[in-house]
Amino acid sequence: MPKEEALVKLLYLAAALLFIFGLKGLAHPRTAVRGNLLAAIGMLLAIVVTLTDKRIVDFRIIIAGLVVGGFIGTFMAYRSPMTAMPQVVAVFNAFGGGASALAVGAALEEALKGEWIEEITVQFTSSAAGAALIGAVAFTGSAIAFGKLQGIIKERPILFPGRHVVNLALLVICLGLSVWQVRGYTPLQFSIGSQFRSELETGVISEDFRTAFANKGIRLSKDVAIEYEASEWVITDHEDRETYIVRENEDQLNIHTRSALPFWAMVGCASILGIMLVIPIGGADMPVVISLLNAYSGIAAAGHGWVLNNSVLIIAGSLVGAAGFILTAIMSKAMNRSLANIIFAGVGAEVASEEESEDIYAGRVKAASPEEVAMMLEGARRVVIAPGYGMAVAHAQYAIRDLVNELESKGVDVEFAIHPVAGRMPGHMNVLLAEAHIPYEKLKDLETINPSFEQTDVVLVVGANDVVNPLAREADPSIPIAGMPILNVDMARSVVVIKRSLSPGFAGIANPLFAADNSLMLFGDAKQMITELTAALKEI
Amino acid sequence: METFIPALTIFVLALVIGWEVITKVPPLLHTPLMSGANAISGVTLVGTLITSGARLSTLTEILGFIAVAMATANVIGGFLVTHRMLGMFRGKDKNA
Repeated sequence: MPKEEALVKLLYLAAALLFIFGLKGLAHPRTAVRGNLLAAIGMLLAIVVTLTDKRIVDFRIIIAGLVVGGFIGTFMAYRSPMTAMPQVVAVFNAFGGGASALAVGAALEEALKGEWIEEITVQFTSSAAGAALIGAVAFTGSAIAFGKLQGIIKERPILFPGRHVVNLALLVICLGLSVWQVRGYTPLQFSIGSQFRSELETGVISEDFRTAFANKGIRLSKDVAIEYEASEWVITDHEDRETYIVRENEDQLNIHTRSALPFWAMVGCASILGIMLVIPIGGADMPVVISLLNAYSGIAAAGHGWVLNNSVLIIAGSLVGAAGFILTAIMSKAMNRSLANIIFAGVGAEVASEEESEDIYAGRVKAASPEEVAMMLEGARRVVIAPGYGMAVAHAQYAIRDLVNELESKGVDVEFAIHPVAGRMPGHMNVLLAEAHIPYEKLKDLETINPSFEQTDVVLVVGANDVVNPLAREADPSIPIAGMPILNVDMARSVVVIKRSLSPGFAGIANPLFAADNSLMLFGDAKQMITELTAALKEI
Repeated sequence: METFIPALTIFVLALVIGWEVITKVPPLLHTPLMSGANAISGVTLVGTLITSGARLSTLTEILGFIAVAMATANVIGGFLVTHRMLGMFRGKDKNA
């Protein structure tokens, strides 16, 4: 190994270590900023080292790409509100997956023309196909997830009959096309007479031979090499960077070229598969989908590393893959549903019938005014706020901060109960509350907060529904959320639910919490109601 | 085969390290973890640079340009948005 190559590999190793220590830093809010910075330095190092590669002779395309991409990235990172974070992650994820798919496509196209950059091996082609398959699914899947989160596409699952069969068929076609590409696809371009055979054998080609090519619109340069292997001649044009394969057939010579057509057909097929996989998944299951797509874009990057035999790509890609799969597993567990159920069952497509809900709620739901709730809060020693996606929709986090400050000034102890799948991505609620400067010590996860509800005077449920539904504790399998760990808010002395109406949550089932003896409903927009609560508290 | 086994070794070990490191991240920081990891997955940029700068053919230059732009947006946007998000997480002492 030449010295320079060794140095590059060592610097790649340093970059990979920076990624690992960077992610390690994310284990605590105090070290997280530095962790992210370390990872960014690792990335910069990897990029700068790569730019010294001698194979790069023209920086124009690179600079143009860096400028355009840098502008888009910076704009999105600074202009997006925190409530839109799931969409932002979805878009960046789509970019990552798409970039991997296109980049391995470019590498494959070049390799098929001749072995100047990469050598065509089974590992090369099959990892290219794998990376592009996963990358394309991550690209279109994330784009659909973005559409759903942004409200461009209907959030509820879009189901159509036979979708599993169609998806399976698409996957089989993708795999088939990949195998075809790995085995090689060499379409026939044209044929010439067998009188040129002797020229191929001697390796010296005449003007007539060149003319035969020129007649088909192909220029053969002076720098041409001919090799005979496995009963075919390979003509390599070094100047124009193109390879032709000549096969003998009866009394003529057939000229073939290598083609990536099956590969691109596979990419198209995988793109459709990505759309088909995400369209039937509902909005509240998005935390799982985004985590999974994140894992895919990581695995696609790792696959790109296999294609190029580049260790930093493999390491970084698998780190991201691991992160995505862990989050996916945590989210599935938090819903007590298998990954297969979330992806394939289309939960959330049905909404509870009116009568059924009326049975549960009939005459037992008590509505309260902000003033009444303020009185309750004033007399409380401990208040827990359980936020849900409704808080994000209403942008109520700053109003909640004011309420917390007001309560604390009155000596009330306030904490937050964060369900793992509250919101549209893992940790969504934490980011919104952090944005409103609520100290992270107050944000408690499910396991920590649940034992404390019995000592809690008032729980304020803000825009959450399914994650506080006591029906989840029942074993009845007809209930879509049965067995899902919930915030046991009904154990508290009293519960106040801030909600626009009694409409069911994403799971489409009624919530007996709303009709419980210790529950009060505060009907209205989350932000407005919280603001009114704070105002009422100040007057007491 | 001579490159397959080393690549597989790196891949599997990195997955294990990722698993060990990332299971330590608390739910509090799951969103920054996701966006930060997302930025790292833009490392695919490293692979796109060589093919787009080797002046090979128009097709690969176009593909390369799109891939570089998308990967750069992923990397820069991902790290910046994570930085912005993490700056918001404050402890009690700093909360004014």
